[in-house]
Amino acid sequence: MRLPLLALLARGPAHGYELKQDLEQMLGSAYPQPNVGQIYVTLGRLEKQGLIEGEDVEQSSRPNKKVYHLTDTGREALRAWFEEPEDEPRVRDEFFMKLALAPQTGLADQIALINKQRRQYLNTMRDLSKLAAAEDRNNRIAQLLIEGAMLHLQADLDWLERCQEELEELE
Amino acid sequence: MSDRPTPVLRAEGLVKTHHGEGAPAHAVRGVDLCVRPGEFVAITGPSGAGKSTLLHLLGGLQRPDSGSLWLDGERTDAYSEARWAVERRKRIGIVFQFFNLVSNLSVADNVELPALLAGVSPRQARAEREGLLAELGLAGKERSMPGELSGGEQQRVALARALVNRPPLLLADEPAGSLDSRGTREVMRLLSRFHQRGQTIVLVTHDARLASAADRVISFFDGRIADDAALDGRPSRGTGISGVLELKD
Repeated sequence: MRLPLLALLARGPAHGYELKQDLEQMLGSAYPQPNVGQIYVTLGRLEKQGLIEGEDVEQSSRPNKKVYHLTDTGREALRAWFEEPEDEPRVRDEFFMKLALAPQTGLADQIALINKQRRQYLNTMRDLSKLAAAEDRNNRIAQLLIEGAMLHLQADLDWLERCQEELEELE
Repeated sequence: MSDRPTPVLRAEGLVKTHHGEGAPAHAVRGVDLCVRPGEFVAITGPSGAGKSTLLHLLGGLQRPDSGSLWLDGERTDAYSEARWAVERRKRIGIVFQFFNLVSNLSVADNVELPALLAGVSPRQARAEREGLLAELGLAGKERSMPGELSGGEQQRVALARALVNRPPLLLADEPAGSLDSRGTREVMRLLSRFHQRGQTIVLVTHDARLASAADRVISFFDGRIADDAALDGRPSRGTGISGVLELKD
């Protein structure tokens, strides 16, 4: 969450709770509610690294709040973030290793593994469909996040289908 | 058995082999299936797995080489072509990938035609058509010709046509197969809505997003049912949604 927080601070100074609210509003219900404690911890680290600076602001009836702003180093880190493309999503995951190794162990059947995994993905797909239906249709960023997750799952399901086609032929 | 409702559809030992050029293609190789009232069943699988052939068997568009089929508990083995045509107007509604609307009839006529053919009065047919088109967001398009509509709109007209006689069973063969992402979502939303009102649906699709609208997913491989899973709506195990959507760090 480091870089997203820096990015939010590029607009102007803000305190931790504001940042949490900004994230929630932008990403909608699709994004698991960011834990405010986690945000404060991350802000502390960013400050230690010199990427942001905090300033205590006195409040009349409450404890002081800390308002953060981006430093020049922070702005540079942000530029570098936008400059670099991201890694590809993982393909060789734990499920793949199960599938590859199952025959040697005699403990699991590959087709049964595929079926089980497909059920899991389909249930998650269903949850995502419901989430998309419940999310504000005009929140494009949130809708795109959900759609991205669905398309990834679709690809995983297509791949399971390929595995099943190939492995069933052998049986 | 007696305390359970009669299945809308039941199949036993369905087999269908296509004899074209080259080797015979075993499209459906022994399928047993039971669909209960109000169920929404999706059949998924790779192209060429035989899932469309299976749907055609279920709708009487093709006949099985062997095996039997029951509609509402009634065995259909002896049905003639003409009888099947009647069933497809009254008891079974079908939507296809390419809509199959009559291109030289208006939207209104496309929807009303099956009602009139089923012997419904013109007044009643019109009332049904008006209700469905309004529901499907097509009010004002009655006089359009199919060619003037977008793919998504044409599919909605096809859905209205399939449902105009209120058939107990709706069969859908890749209904979003020629639609974009938005059209797919629209079809998904509409199928879910009709399902929530009690419509029994059997949907064939290779699109897992569409399939996930169903509450039961059958995986079809090489002419056979490889898995038959209820999507129970329980939060999935493991990280599920939040894992999929998580921002790293």
